[in-house]
Amino acid sequence: MESEIELKNVCKAFMHDHETVSVLKGISAKVTKGTIVTIVGPSGSGKSTILSLCNLLQTPDEGEIHIHGKEVREWNIQELRRLVGIAFQDAPMLKGTSLDNLSLPARLQGKSLENPKKYMKYVGLTEDLLSRQAKELSGGQKQRLAFARTLVNEPSVLLLDEVTSALDSLASHEVEELVLRINREQHTTILWVTHDLSQAERVGDQTWLVMDGSIIEAAPTKQFFTEPKDVRTKQFLDMKRNYK
Amino acid sequence: MSLFAILLSFGFVILALFLSQAFKLGLGRDLIITSIRATIQLFIVGYILKMVFGFDNPFAVILMLLIMIIVAAENAAKRGKGLPYIFWKIFLTISFVEIITQGFLLGLQIVPATPQYIISISGMIIGSSMVIANLFLNRLKGELEMRKEEVLLVLSLGGSIKQSIYPILKQSIRSSLIPTIEGQKTIGLVQLPGMMTGQIIAGADPIQAVRFQLLIVFMILSAASLTAIILGFLIYPGLFNRHQQLDIQAWK
Repeated sequence: MESEIELKNVCKAFMHDHETVSVLKGISAKVTKGTIVTIVGPSGSGKSTILSLCNLLQTPDEGEIHIHGKEVREWNIQELRRLVGIAFQDAPMLKGTSLDNLSLPARLQGKSLENPKKYMKYVGLTEDLLSRQAKELSGGQKQRLAFARTLVNEPSVLLLDEVTSALDSLASHEVEELVLRINREQHTTILWVTHDLSQAERVGDQTWLVMDGSIIEAAPTKQFFTEPKDVRTKQFLDMKRNYK
Repeated sequence: MSLFAILLSFGFVILALFLSQAFKLGLGRDLIITSIRATIQLFIVGYILKMVFGFDNPFAVILMLLIMIIVAAENAAKRGKGLPYIFWKIFLTISFVEIITQGFLLGLQIVPATPQYIISISGMIIGSSMVIANLFLNRLKGELEMRKEEVLLVLSLGGSIKQSIYPILKQSIRSSLIPTIEGQKTIGLVQLPGMMTGQIIAGADPIQAVRFQLLIVFMILSAASLTAIILGFLIYPGLFNRHQQLDIQAWK
């Protein structure tokens, strides 16, 4: 199977209070085209850093990240970021209407958006919202609009960073359905960081447990949740289930 | 004005000190230091100007202007500590604004090309540019801290660094110019400008003083706008690293 993303011994550290904190300690993994990989792990374990390295919003200190076989630093940066879209937890909106926000990726390329209604319909938003101020939309609507905005670039990879954690259960479920549809219909490869284990289990083809800067276990999702190989995975799942 | 008259004018400082003490404002030390500093600085400048005017040598004027620009750039660069080549960017900006403005004034013979005119007008241009550079850097930092997410969003959608920072740059330029524009709106209605007042006190015809003040107002407006715009466009590329990521951690 063709691998769309490949991480090779990736290390990343940050400076915090004049001290170097190692966030990723040499992780390696492959993601097959068209699959959904759910990434779980404790807070601060390095999950979100993996995402931002894939579209060069951050740079690895060591190691390589290949997208379609080409190292991220060899890509034209704008082209890479259009190809590898990212959706953030709080779905940030710029000042202006939903249409202004939706058409942003096209405007950044000096073009106009051909059919905004098509995108609104695709993500389940009504046309009348196009003229509404984007910052006035509900959390769920904002997240859908953010997806629509990302889709304008026709990405082949989508990086999702806790995209449902700020939503109520109904809105969260709707966004989940939307992501599954994007994956199904557009064969988009998805890397999905989530703290919700049941969500990770529902949507993932593969699941990774990231802990203390390392991938502890990467396995097919069903196997990950029913027969985890690593004792730390078992402990993590037990702890989360007990907490719930 | 006699030295005795200047000594008497220190009475105003004593009044301010008394008020600060009476209302426990804690400004006593600052008032004393500021007054002494202003006295020393102005006297030194006065003697230097007398010397430069006495030389009547263009190189002495250029040296004087260079020192003024360096001091102004040093002062404004403190606001951008940690940004790459910030001193040189401000130095270049102020120098360019000074050359353009003086070139216009002298080239069109709006003012005579004498050290008295060149240095006095340059003081106003350089001083105004320094204040604008300070205001601009202060505002840019605040805007970036508040709107970092917007920059990240535009970059993540494949925007260039210029596209990602442009709205913030525009807002910072506008905000840094507001005090200058607002100040000029009420000129003459609320306060008479210092230079005009000085000319009138020195015995000049008020209409002549107004004409000269108008020249200064227009010049300051243009110098302020030029400073904010040039500085903005010189600074923004240094806010990003070579991978087009916002990198302002070093900005203190």
